[in-house]
Amino acid sequence: MPRVQRDGQMTLLATENLAIRIDGRSILSGVDFAIESGEIVTVVGPNGSGKSTFMRALIGALAPSSGAVKRRDDLRIGYVPQRLQIDPTLPITVSRFLNLPVRRPAAAIAATLTEVGVGDIASQQMTTLSGGQFQRILLARALLATPDILVLDEPTQGLDQPGIAAFYRLIERVRQRLGCAVLMVSHDLHVVMSASDRVICINGHICCEGAPTTVSAAPEYRALFGLGTQGALALYQHAHDHTHNHGGCSHGEAAE
Amino acid sequence: MTLDALLLNALLAGIGIAVAAGPLGCFVVWRRMAYFGDATAHAAILGVALALTFDASIALGVLLTAIIMALGVFALSGRGLAIDTLLGVAAHSALAIGILAIALTGARGVDLEEYLFGDILAVGPADIALIWGGAALVTGLLVWRWSALLTATLSDDLACAEGVSPARERLILMLAIALLVGIAIKVVGALLVTALLIVPAATARALARTPEGMAAAATLLAALAAVFGLLAAFQWDTPAGPTIVAVSAAGFALSLPASALLRSRRRAQG
Repeated sequence: MPRVQRDGQMTLLATENLAIRIDGRSILSGVDFAIESGEIVTVVGPNGSGKSTFMRALIGALAPSSGAVKRRDDLRIGYVPQRLQIDPTLPITVSRFLNLPVRRPAAAIAATLTEVGVGDIASQQMTTLSGGQFQRILLARALLATPDILVLDEPTQGLDQPGIAAFYRLIERVRQRLGCAVLMVSHDLHVVMSASDRVICINGHICCEGAPTTVSAAPEYRALFGLGTQGALALYQHAHDHTHNHGGCSHGEAAE
Repeated sequence: MTLDALLLNALLAGIGIAVAAGPLGCFVVWRRMAYFGDATAHAAILGVALALTFDASIALGVLLTAIIMALGVFALSGRGLAIDTLLGVAAHSALAIGILAIALTGARGVDLEEYLFGDILAVGPADIALIWGGAALVTGLLVWRWSALLTATLSDDLACAEGVSPARERLILMLAIALLVGIAIKVVGALLVTALLIVPAATARALARTPEGMAAAATLLAALAAVFGLLAAFQWDTPAGPTIVAVSAAGFALSLPASALLRSRRRAQG
């Protein structure tokens, strides 16, 4: 994989005209993307739009069919997969899992488990964890690498609404502590819109990108997500306007 | 050679195989590679036939065909082919063609059963050296790659993000299995090599809380099965491979109620 030289610029991960074809079918094409240090970028898109493929290409699990993925030298990626199916024949405790593939100091593990809110489950079997605990352990494992960038692929799948909100608050908190960039795929649009610096809308290619308000106003985005999403967004922005009291719906104006 | 010396040779060989089969078998179970193990082992029969045809060392023939099978499967895997079907075709074709080839060269008086089911009486000091050398190589590979192998077993993507290449780890495992087949065929036989990998690991599952614990338990169980199986085979003059595997299977059956008890106790403890 070609690497971005450390020449003062702070681009962590980038793609140039990235295309991925699987079994002759084009999944992604013409993707030009870059994420800077400390940035929070969210990837949205309908099912089957290539979001996960994009993530997998970024972490090096999929080779580009054409174009390139570039990462800064010595980039440490903390990856939280969509879900992890541990084979029931594989016995593994939480603490053993956190020590893979690199052994971590016990104190760091204890501190990280406390930080993600599951301080007391280190000796439990991974297979006995609830969905929320499991996701927090995956996050803890990513954090133990002291990542430059956290890559999360729909990390809240299978969590209930309060669980989702709590998980995103947690991500926000650890990001502030570590100062790392965050790149995530999410369906939880109202959370996305509140927390992201930038939103990228993917549907086989990047259809639109920019600040959350810009993207949600873009016709490409509206065409993809339709009425239902607009409703959810409207609801969120209503709450948002209340909190920050920008007065009026500036968002509506941006759409014109 | 006295019977005692023969038995001692067989026991040394059996324990050597068990040492490598224990941890390797865990990966076969975790990654569901049983069919791959069969394909490699069955290819070994073809290796016996080829070695006889070309007057080469049988150990070498077995090892080479097993490795070629492993490399072939590795090259074809991850290309979107239905790997299960592919392995089924490869495993059974290799076995059929191997048996055919041995039958055609049968004039040399080769005992096919020896290679299908194992023959402890055939184990000499040179075989023991080969077995322990191979076992040391397999175990060394597994120890060296342990963390990377485990990570890749948990998730290809997680491994990639950590800079571990899942393809490389898969290749290492496949070669280790080929190596084990090469050293085990003389004692256990081609048809039951995979059982020696899987049964002790399956039995160990209920006893272990960590991957390392399971590997250690599987090694111990495989060694016990080898020792008691070989003693029984000597006692009753039965084929070595099937006897070892039968003892191992009996251990598995016995472990079922014990593991159910363990599970319910763990649940009771919360």
